Amino acid sequence: MSRRRASEVVDGEQLPPLQVRITRADLIRYAAASGDFNPIHWSERTAREAGLPGVVAHGMLTMALATRVVTAWAGDPGAVLACTARFTRPVVVPDDDEGTLVHLTGKVASRHDDGTVLVAITVHASGHSVLGQATATVALG
Amino acid sequence: MGRCYPAAATYQVGREKIREFAEAIGDPDPLYRDPQAARSHGYPDVIAPPTFAIIVALRAQQALVSDPALGLDCRRMVHGRQSFTHHRPIHAGDELAASVYVDDARAAGGHELLTLRCEITASTGEPVTTSRSLLVVRGAQG
Repeated sequence: MSRRRASEVVDGEQLPPLQVRITRADLIRYAAASGDFNPIHWSERTAREAGLPGVVAHGMLTMALATRVVTAWAGDPGAVLACTARFTRPVVVPDDDEGTLVHLTGKVASRHDDGTVLVAITVHASGHSVLGQATATVALG
Repeated sequence: MGRCYPAAATYQVGREKIREFAEAIGDPDPLYRDPQAARSHGYPDVIAPPTFAIIVALRAQQALVSDPALGLDCRRMVHGRQSFTHHRPIHAGDELAASVYVDDARAAGGHELLTLRCEITASTGEPVTTSRSLLVVRGAQG
């Protein structure tokens, strides 16, 4: 796959959406891969002691899924010049086989003369938005 | 504020670590796994996903978070905001150094807000990634 061309992109364009199921096993896997072993991501007891309703996903895992919407569309992950997100609501992941389904969408918010575009990303879990002001700046071909 | 934690040890980026991270985020992109595919896109080796830099930033921030002079309570700390600016993609074979700066520290609504900047550079000194993290240390009542 090659990098998407700026000339192919229009304002307001919707990126192909993504749905990802996150289970406790995914949190263990992400903890190991990222080196973030904060127990609120694997221990129910610790999560509750911290005032959370239960074990929650790493904010950085949610942000990584958000950038997948953009990299898949751009055709080259190296095209992402910048990405940002506010972690506005925890993604609670129950101890069962279904886990939590995360819905991700992206939209071209603006296009710039230098060939870059700003993509606005939304992420919902259990009916709530979980990331705020999530955007990525992408250099197109 | 203005406090700086210089790079302690470098981080060697390996192909298998990139693959492991890509698997953990469920991303099948061949540029994370296949050196040939990465080279055909003009990269010297497989590249890392855009949020891979958090591995390097987290390690570097550990020195600060565990600094007794700051007295931060990790158990009450949550990640409020994150951003990355990539000066170029990280690729396998990179040997990265990271320096952490406290850009802002303030109290708000009973919480402590800490803005950290992590400058990640290659062994040549070339800037690779700037990571910015807002950490919120929730107040005892929070």
